[in-house]
Formats: sequence, C-alpha cells, structure tokens
Amino acid sequence: MANEKWTHVIKPKTGLFDINLKEIWQYKDLVFMFVKRNFTTFYKQTILGPLWFIINPLLTTLMFTLVFGNIAKLSTDGAPQFLFYMAGNTVWIYFSTCITSTSTTFTTNATIFGKVYFPRLTTPISSVIFSLISFGVQFAMFVIFLLFYVFTGSGVKPNLWILITPLLILQTAGLGLGFGIIISSLTTKYRDLAILVTFGVQLWMFATPIVYPVSQISGKLKLLFMLNPMTPIVETFRYAFLGSGEINGMYLVISGIVTLVVMFIGVILFSRIEKTFMDTV
Amino acid sequence: MEDVVIKIDNVYKKYRLGTIGGGTLTADLQSWWARVRGKDDPNIKIGSRGYSKNATFMALSGINLEVRKGDILGIIGANGAGKSTMLKILSRVTAPTKGNIYVKGRISSMLEVGTGFNLEMTGRENIYLNGAILGMSKTEVDRKINEIIEFSECAQFIDTPVKRYSSGMYVKLAFAVSAHLDSEILVMDEVLAVGDIKFQQKCLGKMGDVANQEKRTVLYVSHNMNTIRQLCNRCVVLDKGKIIYDGDVEDAIQFYVGELGKMSLVNNLDCKERSRGFIPRLRALELKILDKEDMLFKQQEKIKLIINWKPFDDIDDVYVRIVIKYCDTSPVGVSTTIKPVHAKRGEVCETKLIFDISTLASGKYYVDLYFYRIDGFGGIDNYDAIGEAFSFEVVNDGLNCNKLTWYHNAWGHNVFSPIEILN
Repeated sequence: MANEKWTHVIKPKTGLFDINLKEIWQYKDLVFMFVKRNFTTFYKQTILGPLWFIINPLLTTLMFTLVFGNIAKLSTDGAPQFLFYMAGNTVWIYFSTCITSTSTTFTTNATIFGKVYFPRLTTPISSVIFSLISFGVQFAMFVIFLLFYVFTGSGVKPNLWILITPLLILQTAGLGLGFGIIISSLTTKYRDLAILVTFGVQLWMFATPIVYPVSQISGKLKLLFMLNPMTPIVETFRYAFLGSGEINGMYLVISGIVTLVVMFIGVILFSRIEKTFMDTV
Repeated sequence: MEDVVIKIDNVYKKYRLGTIGGGTLTADLQSWWARVRGKDDPNIKIGSRGYSKNATFMALSGINLEVRKGDILGIIGANGAGKSTMLKILSRVTAPTKGNIYVKGRISSMLEVGTGFNLEMTGRENIYLNGAILGMSKTEVDRKINEIIEFSECAQFIDTPVKRYSSGMYVKLAFAVSAHLDSEILVMDEVLAVGDIKFQQKCLGKMGDVANQEKRTVLYVSHNMNTIRQLCNRCVVLDKGKIIYDGDVEDAIQFYVGELGKMSLVNNLDCKERSRGFIPRLRALELKILDKEDMLFKQQEKIKLIINWKPFDDIDDVYVRIVIKYCDTSPVGVSTTIKPVHAKRGEVCETKLIFDISTLASGKYYVDLYFYRIDGFGGIDNYDAIGEAFSFEVVNDGLNCNKLTWYHNAWGHNVFSPIEILN
C-alpha cells in the first residue's frame, strides 16, 4: 500500500495529536460563510437589527452603575463608574458569548454534521469570529464614551498599554473557544452540562473583577483570584484605557499559558469526539 | 492498479445497541459509584444482567471493495443492509470501527440535498454557503455560479430568501450546487427521489456526463432500480453488512431481486398478502405448477398450473386474469381467460390453466393473479387479488431471437415472432 499515492486514508482511530489544521485553512471560505449566515439569521426580521449589539451592553452597564455603583457603592479605583463598568462589561460579554455560542456546537449542528463532512472546528471558530463583530461595535461605543470622558477631564488616563489590546482580545477569544469546545465535546454525552454553562458563566463573572477592581481583593483568596485567567485580561484592559488599577506581568503570562493549555485540550478533545459523535449524539 | 481511486480494506462498523450511558452525568456517576462499592447499578433495568454495553450490532462486517476511476458504482440492498453506513464512512461523517479506506482525490457527498441551506438567506447566498459546506472555495463558486443558477431553473428567484421557495425549487437549487462540485469522487444517497420527472432526468443526465465525460467516479445508493440501471456501469449488492454480489448492473439487480422472491412449484396463496380494493367473493388457496421440476421455462414451453380456490357464493361469471411483471416490478402484459369459471358455494374448486409465454424475453418474472367479473360497462370487479402469486424464469432457447443477450432496459420484455425474409 505504501507505494501508492493515496491522498487520504480513512482510519478507525487516529493518534492523539492528529489534528489537521491545514484543512481548516482550506475551508476558510466556509468559516466566512458561517459568520455571514449567523449574522443574517440573527438580525433578519428584527426591527432594530444590529442596534441590539449596542442596546444590550448599554443597559447592562447602566444597571451595574445603578446597582453596584450607586446602591452598593463598590470602589472603582477612582475611575468614573460608568466607564469602569463598561470596560469590564465589553470584555466580559465577548468572553461569555464565545463560551455559550461554541458550547452547543455538536448538539445544534447535529443534523448537518450527520450529512456531510467538513472540518468541524470551522463552526466554533466562526461563532467566535461572529461574536467579534458585536464586540467591535461595543468596543467602538466604549471608545466614544471614553473620548467624551477624556475631553471633559475626569481623570481618565489612557496609556500605551492600549497597544496590547488586540492580544488581550485574541486571548479572550482563545479562552472562550477553548472552554466552549471542551464543553461542547462533553455535552455530546452529558446534556446537563449545557444547562450548567449559562449558570456557570454567570457565577464566573462575579469571580472576575467586572463589578469591582482587583484592589478590593486581599488575603489568601487573592492568589486563587488572580489565577482566574480572565482576571489579568480584564484588569490590564481597564488599566490600558482608564489608567486605574494595576498591571501584573506575571499573572498575565500565567493567564496566557492557561489559555494555550485550555485551547490545546479543547482542540484535542474536540477532534476525538468529532469522528464518532454521530453514533452517540 | 493505477486507476483505483477508492480501496476499502476489510472495513467493519459496530454500533452499540440500546441507550448509551445513563444520558446524564449524574446517572453515570451513580452507576460508577455503585460499581465501586460493589452494589447493583441503580440505572440498570431489573432482570438484565451485567452492563448492557455488550449488546452490539455490526452494520458493516468486512467490506472489501476497489473502485476504479470513472466507475459509476450502484449500491443496492434491503433496508438495514449497511448501504448508508458505508456512504457515511466514505464521506467521513463517522469513522469505521475496524479497517482502513484508501482514497485518491477529494470525496464530496450528497447524502441529502439542501443540507445546510439557510432559510433566511437568498438563493444566491445559499449557493455560496452550500458550496462552502461541500468543500468549494469562493473563487470556485464564483466561476460556476451562472452555470449553477441556470441548471437550477431558479434564476428568477435567485435573490429571494429560500424560505419563500417551493419545495421543488429548493431541491433543484440544492442539486444544482452539488452537481457542479469539482471533486473527483461523488457519493450520492437517493438524491433523485424528489423533483419532477423532467428534472430527475436532467439530474441523471448530468450525473452521467460527470462520470463519462469528465471521468469522475460516482457512488450511488438507491432503491430505484431504474435509476441504477440508467446511471451505473457497475453494481454491488449488500446484505447484512457484507457484499454478496459485485459486477454487472443487470446481473446485480437480477441477483438482488432473486434474493427477494424465491421461485417454487407450489405456492400457498391463502397466506399471501392481498392487494387492496377487491370484493372478497372467493379466496384462492393454492397454486401448483404442473409437469415441471423447476421454474425455468424455455420460450416455447407453456406454463400449466392448477389453482385451488373456494367461493363464498355460487359463481358462474368469474374470469381469471394474470398480470406478468418483470423482476424490477415493471409490468409486461396481461392474459385472461375468455370463458368464465363456475363453482358452487362452499366447495373447493380446482381450475387447470395453461398459458403461452412464447413472447417473453429471457429473464425473471412475477405473476399477479386476479379473479374478476366484468360489470355492465366493461369495468372490472376484482373478487380476489394476489400480488406476486408466483415467479418464474424464462431461458432463451434461441428459436425466436438467436440466443441474443437481452437488454431489458432498451428493448422491453417482449420478443415478437421472428421477421421473415421473403426473397
């Protein structure tokens, strides 16, 4: 068999690291089409259309300002409350949509996966890219508010750390994708995980400095708190744009490593499941 | 060996029967915890011993097959024979349990047309989406889009969301996309079952072009023997996960059909299934073929048979009609008694019949048997109707048609008496 030129061999079981990333690149047009499909279905026949990108985070931020800022009077490290919550929210909403949208990959696409082959990873990747569109709009809105605060002189100090933003976003996407596909791989067998996701992500938000700054946390819990991979991302993002809080390089690196590990595990688990999931789903 | 494009090497596919696990994490943990403590599994049905994981089903057991470039391979077999499983493995929807498949070139599957169509998007957008799902790049679709739209006959509606399409248009568009794939190997599962007849013929023609002119390879699964016959140049028959026949299309169909209805001299008609829509005034009980040892008939031979039947009333105006069908169930012709049969109520009658099959070409045939009465307007009241009462095979004796190999597909099923040369 070895002397023949076979372009592909369909085997019962593949090696642990047999992941065909090149193939995903060949299907890049499909990723794009999926993004377009998501966009079309999401906003067809809604009155406000893409305006929902803005309304949702704006209302959440206002509510946070009201509840956590005005009623609970949590510290914001001196930054304007509205901007403080908006910064955290923008990053968090992206992260949570990445997780929730990718966590149902196998179950929502079961029919199409059962009919035709294409690299399954294209679906979660396209979900993450689709979420990036809404993030972009929300981020632009955040920048507009930021500029307003800067020009009215309220002590907001954007600094050069801003340049690291693309990296932070990439990391957020990677983390969301990684966790999402791990969950989606497990939900092919255990459906109850899907219910856990929405709930878990909500709890996770409170373990991340979204409605309060890192400086509020002290003592033994702090180490555990900082090991949450989202903490350094949010904190760095806020420092870059608002100049409040602190930057801790070490935790940022740890968070980066965690992201890579989660993605690695996710991709391996996902590629193992995708071969036979049609028989178990 | 040069032109083998698919080599299936001893492939098995095992499915687990019953439910897999408890379905939820808690149930699985419960079972696990019980096993750890040596207790009974709380999630297992009482009476079933051990873990039900052992119950398995072999959908494919040891498939070996080589497909050459340009082959249009038909795959036939009864439901559950493993046809779809085979295509699923080939199109990489699921992995085999054992064995390898070696492939040369890109495989595209058309397991169901319209998979992945998005209702909100327009026809044009869906062409791009579906093309991408099937593995085409955007530039490839760009190059072919006009051809696809023209083939689909939907040009007028191409910028309308497909949710406003009729089901026929939907299917046409979907098939148009799949038909223009560039891949070397196409895998199809009964995709032609829908659409109007004109479009079906167009699809078959297109598929034929794909294989004959562009030298691509097609694997086609269908229950429709006519499309298999029209499209394929080679055919395999699957049964219980094994290939039981591989070769010429006509022979494969004969073989497959032969597997279904075994020929016998004595046929119990009483227990046969009846077709609907007759008035039961009598019941046929048994049919015996006389003066024969097997069901192979020469063309000059006549079929002599005896039918036992029981009337529920006095009968004096009932005729017997037989409908001869070719083994792919296409009708060939009808023969009927000219005189009615008579019987008294309650007594079992024996009716001896003889009929001429000299015009039948060689091949296997079914016979439907009817007892009927002609009403005042030339219409028919059936009193008993037995589908496929018996079957027989005609062998060519060379008297009518020089021992020709008979092409049922092109020539029909009748041989007329020979042409005489006058000078």
